[in-house]
Amino acid sequence: MFRIFHLLGLVLVAVAGLAAQPVFAETSSEILASIEKEAAGTPGFKGFSAARGEHFFKAKHGGEWSCASCHTENPATPGKHAKTAKVIDPLAPSANAERFTSPKKVDKWFKRNCNDVLSRVCTPQEKGDVLAYLLTVKK
Amino acid sequence: MSIHKQKNFRMLAAALLAIGVTMSAAQADDDRNEKYGAKYGGENHGKPLQPAQTNAKFQKECSGCHIAYMPGLLPAESWRKVMAGLDKHFGTDASLDAQDNKEITTFLVNNASNRWGAPTAPLKITEAIWFKRKHDDREISPAVWKNPLVKSPANCAACHPQAEHGDFSERNIRMPE
Repeated sequence: MFRIFHLLGLVLVAVAGLAAQPVFAETSSEILASIEKEAAGTPGFKGFSAARGEHFFKAKHGGEWSCASCHTENPATPGKHAKTAKVIDPLAPSANAERFTSPKKVDKWFKRNCNDVLSRVCTPQEKGDVLAYLLTVKK
Repeated sequence: MSIHKQKNFRMLAAALLAIGVTMSAAQADDDRNEKYGAKYGGENHGKPLQPAQTNAKFQKECSGCHIAYMPGLLPAESWRKVMAGLDKHFGTDASLDAQDNKEITTFLVNNASNRWGAPTAPLKITEAIWFKRKHDDREISPAVWKNPLVKSPANCAACHPQAEHGDFSERNIRMPE
């Protein structure tokens, strides 16, 4: 009986130890790969383009804002919320290692920001292009 | 009168007494003696949240774009409405997944203003009577609102640097120059 508790204790310590590590759920290239998997299912998909992503990022899409309105023309620098003026940490993974490491967070913000900028959801192609661009931005 | 009825009668008496005590306490609190028998026409904010009462998800999600406004600043019904309309949140999409939305809504509702007697539920903190009264022209010069460092009345921290910790006390007000 005591042995079971012993074992349980060890497992708990091990789990706590793992949880304490600042390990990100995934890397940005893994996130890109999962977007690519999604995009591959659409007809005529020929890979992502950083140049197209950059254009998409900096252009307005019928609304008041572009991605750059809050994230600035240089996503390696801090941005500012267009409405509340709250400082936004850099979006480019080169400048902010936390970016694009949590699939849940990526989904949440693409849904919100695409709705704000395009009044619709973004296609996997658009998301992949933008991430491909962000991954090329140097600090 | 049966024992059962007597018991009910006693409970009713106790309840009425409690209501009476609460009401007179509310009236004592009221320096203007208004319609709903409570301060600011019943649109009064609650006590600030203690650090031990906070919720990690609320702190994290609500401070993504602005400071995490303390739940006591609005009544429960306001928070229900705000959380039900996050996809159109003051001009931006601030939607959350269903599970996070539920957890944060519960937290906000449980810690909403406990001094809100009016049947109103504004979506904006700045529309509450307590807010307007405390920030009217006699209290704050209109020039302050025009200062680009203030930008918007929603930007509490411009003058209340401790706003994020629920501290709006007079002695901690710093007007930006």
